[in-house]
Amino acid sequence: MLRIFIALNKRIFFQKTRILLSVVAIALGVALGYAVHLINRAAVNELAAGVRSLSGEADLEVRGGRAGFPEAIYAQLARLPGVAVASPVLEAEAGIAGGGKTIRLIGIDPLRAALIQPALFAEDPGQRVELLKPDVVFLSSGVTETKTLKIISGLEIVELQVAGTLASLRGNTVLTDISTAQWRLGRLGELNRIDLRLEPGADREAMRAKIAALLPPGVYVATLDAVEESGANLSRAYRVNMNVLALVALFTGGFLVFSAQALEVARRRREHALLRVLGLQRRGVAQLVLVEAAVLGALGGLLGIALGYGLAAGAVHVAGADLGAGMFRGMTPELQFSSAAGLAYVLAGVAVAVAGALPPALDAARTAPAQALKAGDEQQMFARTVKVWPGLLLMGLALLLLPLKPLNGIPVAGYLSIACLLLGGIFLMPWISGFAFKKLKAKSIPSTLALAQLRGAPGQAMVSLAAIVASFSLMAAMAIMVASFRSSVDDWLGAVLPAELYFRTTQSGETSWIDPELEARIRAIPQIERVVFLRSGRISLDAARPAVALLARDGNAIRFPSVGREYVRKEGDPPKAWISEAVADLYGFGVGSIMEIPISGKNHPFMVQAIWRDYARQHGAIVIEREVYSALSGDRRANDAAMWLKPGATADEVTATLRTLPGGQLLDITGAGEIRRISLAIFDRSFAVTYALEAVAVLVGLFGLSSSVGALVLSRRREFGMLRHLGMRRGQIGAMLAAEGGLLAVLGVAVGLALGGAISLVLIHVVNRQSFNWSMDLHVPFGLLAGLSFALVLLSAGTAWLSGREATGIGPVRAVKEDW
Amino acid sequence: MKRRDFVLAGLAFPLVTPEYKLSFPRDHGAHPAYRQEWWYVTGWLKTERGEDLGFQITFFRAKLNQKNSNPSTFTPHQIILAHAALSDPKHGRLRHDERAARTALDLAGTREGNTNVWVDDWVLDLEKDFYRARIRARDFSLELQFDAKDKPLLQGEAGFSRKGNGPGEASYYYSRPQLMVRGTANGRPVTGTAWLDHEWSSQYMAAGAAGWDWCGLNMNDGSSLMAFRMRDKDGGVAFAPQGVSFEPMRMWKSPRTGTAYPVAMKLNNDLRLEPLMDDQELDARASTGTIYWEGAVTAFRGQAAVGKGYLELTGYWKPMKL
Repeated sequence: MLRIFIALNKRIFFQKTRILLSVVAIALGVALGYAVHLINRAAVNELAAGVRSLSGEADLEVRGGRAGFPEAIYAQLARLPGVAVASPVLEAEAGIAGGGKTIRLIGIDPLRAALIQPALFAEDPGQRVELLKPDVVFLSSGVTETKTLKIISGLEIVELQVAGTLASLRGNTVLTDISTAQWRLGRLGELNRIDLRLEPGADREAMRAKIAALLPPGVYVATLDAVEESGANLSRAYRVNMNVLALVALFTGGFLVFSAQALEVARRRREHALLRVLGLQRRGVAQLVLVEAAVLGALGGLLGIALGYGLAAGAVHVAGADLGAGMFRGMTPELQFSSAAGLAYVLAGVAVAVAGALPPALDAARTAPAQALKAGDEQQMFARTVKVWPGLLLMGLALLLLPLKPLNGIPVAGYLSIACLLLGGIFLMPWISGFAFKKLKAKSIPSTLALAQLRGAPGQAMVSLAAIVASFSLMAAMAIMVASFRSSVDDWLGAVLPAELYFRTTQSGETSWIDPELEARIRAIPQIERVVFLRSGRISLDAARPAVALLARDGNAIRFPSVGREYVRKEGDPPKAWISEAVADLYGFGVGSIMEIPISGKNHPFMVQAIWRDYARQHGAIVIEREVYSALSGDRRANDAAMWLKPGATADEVTATLRTLPGGQLLDITGAGEIRRISLAIFDRSFAVTYALEAVAVLVGLFGLSSSVGALVLSRRREFGMLRHLGMRRGQIGAMLAAEGGLLAVLGVAVGLALGGAISLVLIHVVNRQSFNWSMDLHVPFGLLAGLSFALVLLSAGTAWLSGREATGIGPVRAVKEDW
Repeated sequence: MKRRDFVLAGLAFPLVTPEYKLSFPRDHGAHPAYRQEWWYVTGWLKTERGEDLGFQITFFRAKLNQKNSNPSTFTPHQIILAHAALSDPKHGRLRHDERAARTALDLAGTREGNTNVWVDDWVLDLEKDFYRARIRARDFSLELQFDAKDKPLLQGEAGFSRKGNGPGEASYYYSRPQLMVRGTANGRPVTGTAWLDHEWSSQYMAAGAAGWDWCGLNMNDGSSLMAFRMRDKDGGVAFAPQGVSFEPMRMWKSPRTGTAYPVAMKLNNDLRLEPLMDDQELDARASTGTIYWEGAVTAFRGQAAVGKGYLELTGYWKPMKL
């Protein structure tokens, strides 16, 4: 009696666990999706508020990248008929002396800015006049107030007087007068932004076109909405990837609902049949199953919303708005609970659960009551759904989707292709398993019986198999993709860091540089064999896209981690340009094509020499020769340098010498090995969130699998009783079950690996390429995959065996008699 | 005003002294060495349909009180501010707009030698005997020409106008009353009578002064009358020329700022000033950083209307800072 009680409780335990796991998986999916949504919305809102807090009523904004444009353009636009107010701006990411932090320094004309954004000084108009004083700054509301602000300009420290905080100013920002900004940043005569308010009734688009025609190359005019949008675009690819992760979790949840409900339907087959006999309509039975699933979905959804909010709050607190990916530096966004989006995510949870329960519900409704009431009929479940063509069709579709272009910068086709692969694989599973188990030959009695069971009940096997394939293929795909990415980054670091010692000024914002005098002194250091200087800037090739890095590097023997062929130069070709994959992809340039690069307000032709791989700048980078750049721009400053040391010289010696030079204390000097270590650490950190979430999703899937196996085994107690009567020992039954579970898992893992491999290829060559515009080399982590495969087979066999021990624990006679 | 600023002001700007002799056209032009200067035109206009309108156009020049060695074009040495307002009883509320700019890239400036001051496309200049003003504001426009044949009327002691009892607490100040106006308001022809003030100083407000009441009246008999007094922070009289008195008769409270203004006044125990309309409050926080009342008024002696002009009430919102 006690045994039955325990067994029954076990069954209920498995059932409860399954339900709980379904809810958890759905909650996880909803939570992830909602958290990503919340964080992103907060970040975008913060970005928009930052733009609006300064540019409030502006209709148009003129932007000239980091290099900027001459201030005469401001005077020209201010006098343009149709322009009501023009407000000049010079802004830069300024390095703060000591600590390597940066802050956005915005130089404005407070008299003009107040006309564009009346709220800016509304609280205390006196601050406007205060700002006109030399070297005075106001801090934004988020910045801790200090008496002075020390920023790095060139390699000097400039001390600015903090006059107070401007409550209306948002972001990690300091405001100063335009004249102070120009002088202190060494950019006299330059601006890089003009906010424009048009006269009432002016045609905004016509004015935009008119102004655009007046601007030099590389300077663009856009509406404020477009400016905000391009800010939000910065993180779009990253966001989409996070959302796909959420979808994977939701998918797992849906799958768990499917397997839980399939088993429930099987268990309650006779109960449902009885209900039908008692007059319940077919539809009624299906509704019963679906309503149960919907409740699970809603529960998971609600739990997910709460979890998602917590997750978002925690993530923003710990890692910032971009979860550590560095897109929104220095921003501390405020989360806002949004009930509309929350409801949408709960509904998504419900939809997934109902979709998961749909096949078992239909099956329950379709079964004739008379047949269902017969013993052993539950083995027949899903027998009729086994067809090959839907699976093949999906696989075909997956292939057809691959060559499609990204939609609005998002690899929609790639994601759809992955979904097709996954579903196709699951649909093909019964056919594959049927084929595989038919071919297999067994020697011992337990394995013969195990094979017979697997051949005889393909429907049930499918539920477990599909669970294994779905979770394992996703896991394998992620593992392969991340391993490929990491090993490619590792190789790339080796290629881009050929020298022994590096220093950079760009670490601390855009406001520091090395002048030619210091450059000459560095070149003269006796321990240095060779030094290559680099000037970095940013240019805009298209107003709608984020700026591209322009790197001017010494010498023409520039070596790159280039991909593909190199251009063979001909007489009279324009100067060389090496473009990153992102520039090639986004702007459509290829090796040997001529591109116009705006330098100092003029377009200059360059010949694309080669395309190189760049994991550092997602929005693209162009390398040109520094001699050419200096000649065109007159700019002889440098930002970074790579140093090769003479034999016998040590990095410490050279570092010490550099430190004694004027401004040398402000240089960020690092060895190649250290840069490599830091870079990989950053890589691992930004993937840590992905790893963690993926691991949780997979774990939930695996627990779901083992609980399904357990429940299945328990439901076959009468069969085991019969086998005991026929003379099988408990050990043999255990071995049989272990063989069943093991075989299932081996097949599932094999197919999962194949499918995961295919999905990883789509991730690497389509999804990543289109999201981030960089390629990577395939690198399969064989050890990791083998370990995971082994663990999964062991888990499956072990669960089956353990459940078998439990199921055969009661006497064979009672087991046969048991009627439930 | 803080003591430090006072000392700085004393060091950086020339003081206004009674010895200076005003001379024209030289003194129609700007005096950029002084701390502040304004050209201020107010008047009553009549449309072709006989409707009364009031207008105010003011250009300010301010020199910043700090040495600034910054070589940038934008270094703010001089600031030009402008206010314009149109009082239309049919609209019920003052229409006003403002401009402010530093004298960089010639987008705003003043000239010496003759009146010529501009901020963007707002201009006031003097050519021969005609002042011309062009104002294109957010919701109104003024294109006016003022006939100034009469000699400038020197205020105070031959143009030396005392504002306080301390040395230098004074301004150079002359007026051009009874100016005949022709032009357009919102594109419609108007005619009328106006008043122009030109005043410059380095120490306009005495320490402790919080604001002033001022009025300039074109009397129907062709004469003119100007009166002002400086008030202290408690509302008492900080300084007033001999015989000048303002007595509040009716207060009006702004529904926007909650500030109460004595919009009707008894002047010099003789004239009663009644506003064209109560709501002539001007929010100039985006340019001069203050809110004041500046309105068209009619002067009554007993029941008879004897003149028209403008009344200015500053420092009622918060103490004035120049």
